[in-house]
Amino acid sequence: MSKDAIATIKENVIQGRKTQNDVGTDDSLAGTPGVVELVQQALESSVAPQVIITEGLTAGMQVVGEKFSTKEYFIPDMLASAEAVGAAMDILKPVLESANVETKGKFGIATVKGDIHDIGKNIVAILLKGAGYEVHDLGVDVPMEKVVGFVKEEKPGYLGLSALLTTTMTEMGVLIKALEESNLRSSVKVLIGGAAVSQEFAQEIGADAYCIDGFAAVKALEAFETAEA
Amino acid sequence: MPRKGRLVDRPYERLTSEQVELVHRASMQILTDPGLVSFNREAADILHSHGAAVESLAGDRQSWQVQIPEQLVVKALETAPNTVKLGARNPENALIMHGDEPRVYFVTGSETNIWLDVDFPIYVSKAHPTKEIRVPEFKPRRGTVDDLCQSAHVCEHLEMVDGYIRTVNIQDRDITEDNKDVNKFFASLNNNTKHFMSGLTSLTQLDNVVRMAELVAGGKKALEDNPIISFITCLVKSPLQFVDDTTATFIEVCRRGLPVAVSSSPQAGTTAPMKEAGIMAQINAEVLAGITLGQLVRPGTPVLYGSVPVRARMDTLGDSYGSVETSQYNIDCVQMARFYRLPNYSTSGVCDSKIPGQQSSIERLFSDIVVTMSGPQFLHCAFGLLDCNSVFCLLQAVLDDAHFKMIGFFLRQPRIDQPEMAAMLKQIRGVVATPQKLYIGHIRPLLRSGEISGLYPFEGSGEADDVFELAYERMKELLAKPVEHIDRETTARIFEEIPGILPRLNTYESRS
Repeated sequence: MSKDAIATIKENVIQGRKTQNDVGTDDSLAGTPGVVELVQQALESSVAPQVIITEGLTAGMQVVGEKFSTKEYFIPDMLASAEAVGAAMDILKPVLESANVETKGKFGIATVKGDIHDIGKNIVAILLKGAGYEVHDLGVDVPMEKVVGFVKEEKPGYLGLSALLTTTMTEMGVLIKALEESNLRSSVKVLIGGAAVSQEFAQEIGADAYCIDGFAAVKALEAFETAEA
Repeated sequence: MPRKGRLVDRPYERLTSEQVELVHRASMQILTDPGLVSFNREAADILHSHGAAVESLAGDRQSWQVQIPEQLVVKALETAPNTVKLGARNPENALIMHGDEPRVYFVTGSETNIWLDVDFPIYVSKAHPTKEIRVPEFKPRRGTVDDLCQSAHVCEHLEMVDGYIRTVNIQDRDITEDNKDVNKFFASLNNNTKHFMSGLTSLTQLDNVVRMAELVAGGKKALEDNPIISFITCLVKSPLQFVDDTTATFIEVCRRGLPVAVSSSPQAGTTAPMKEAGIMAQINAEVLAGITLGQLVRPGTPVLYGSVPVRARMDTLGDSYGSVETSQYNIDCVQMARFYRLPNYSTSGVCDSKIPGQQSSIERLFSDIVVTMSGPQFLHCAFGLLDCNSVFCLLQAVLDDAHFKMIGFFLRQPRIDQPEMAAMLKQIRGVVATPQKLYIGHIRPLLRSGEISGLYPFEGSGEADDVFELAYERMKELLAKPVEHIDRETTARIFEEIPGILPRLNTYESRS
């Protein structure tokens, strides 16, 4: 496996091609292997997973982020790239585990009880997975007990809560209190987002971060990592 | 390939066919009773020799009462071409207009006396001295030939501008009544490769500007095949008067066979009835009178049914182009032109506001949308015009281009057919079966195909309103882009043969 192959993985991440059937931003890679096939080939060629991640996947996502910030790329491009990286991480996960390499962290995400809106939540999940986090999507209209149970059993470092409605956002405060009462609050950073909530509301209920969108969520997690380092 | 324009598949029409017929019948009656007063002897003579009743009127100025019988109008409508080609220096910028096809071309204009400069001084908050904002300030001044060059230059690069009508009256010290025409034609043609339409300041310069156009087009026959210039004449002053000098110009333009817009601009409330039925009957009669005269001068003269109706302001009795009725009148005129199967010159986007801002955006966008949707072929949509018709601001023209991109996109035909629907059913079933149930993945093939409308190009960051500053940056970008000037050899011949062009307009001489 040559450096060219890693560069090809990076290029496919930039183009947002998860598999060979996907279209990129242009036709230049049409019909050629996508990120999933290329990562499998790389592993078969005994390329170290860390090299695949840092020089292929992460380097590719960095370029995608730059293109997004200059408005050359749009959210669908970003999501396609993140999905490709997420699929690659699924392939790499068992290899990383057997090599005792830790992931960037476990992230639980849910739309709170009474609320069935999930577009934002799903986008955040895709982006975080693409950024290298192990994402557990608990779904929509998730009861408080299920979230607390998840935190207790899976011990995620992060918990993302979403609400679109002003009538359901109060559930976020209820959940944080329940985590406190279960002595779990200090074990998990709580991030909130959704159209109904704000920075002020996050402070009011004692959340650790308010994320206006998925990119803000990625940045918030990076800030937590930096603070812990 | 000429420019495509935008086809309005099902144009918006205000009038029923019965109402169109009523307007037509009323106009025919007006043309015989009371008829028109002609202050131009030749027009009276031409009409008289073809059967119009003409009677000399008493008064200080020579004038004639002219009553035009219906059969003259009918005959003129038969000889007036239903298809008019407006050529261009770059043949790919030609406009081909069919009277029965509502395909819209967006054109600039018209001539304003004032050029509005913009600057962005910094203001500091009294309460918070560290807080600074940049506020656009607009400074009016008299327009110059350099301004006209800049305007033509920028309009060359504005994507939505299909044709160019000069936007500013050149008032330099060395511009006179005699050399104004040759300079405005040369400045416009030399900085813009789209079709150029203009009025004429002095009839004595007609042959000079036609010769200039022949040189640029490649000869007399080439100009006939590719009429890179056309004229607009307001030969009728409302109500119902043939003006002496503009009628003389009109007759001479027709004799030379070049395309001409026969325009009338009555003001509802002062020079035409305020009520829709009245102004429509009158303006239609005025335009038909002009078209009839033109066809009698030279049958087959390519004419545009030109309509610039406007309502009076009630506070000043000035023009109120921003009024809703103005758009209604214009839309009715589009329908009348289509009834006669003649290409229509219509008006939108002229606003009452004196500077760019919310009022100007609201007024112009309202009329731009509704009048475009009525399907005029040649829409004089007032790129950059403010304060009715008296101020031009290049920044506003750049803003208008963004508005017209939205309108152009809106006019695209819906694609709902069997293959498309089959593909969509497949997509819906596919996405619903996925855990995330998001269609976002299907957007990507559309993102760069032009099938998704763009964001407003001058959107600021966060809550900041940066529209003017961003548009100003865009304006500077466009000014920095090169334009294809008339070639060196042709320029030399123009300066050799056409007297009166200012030496500083010679691109090659001023560069060397």
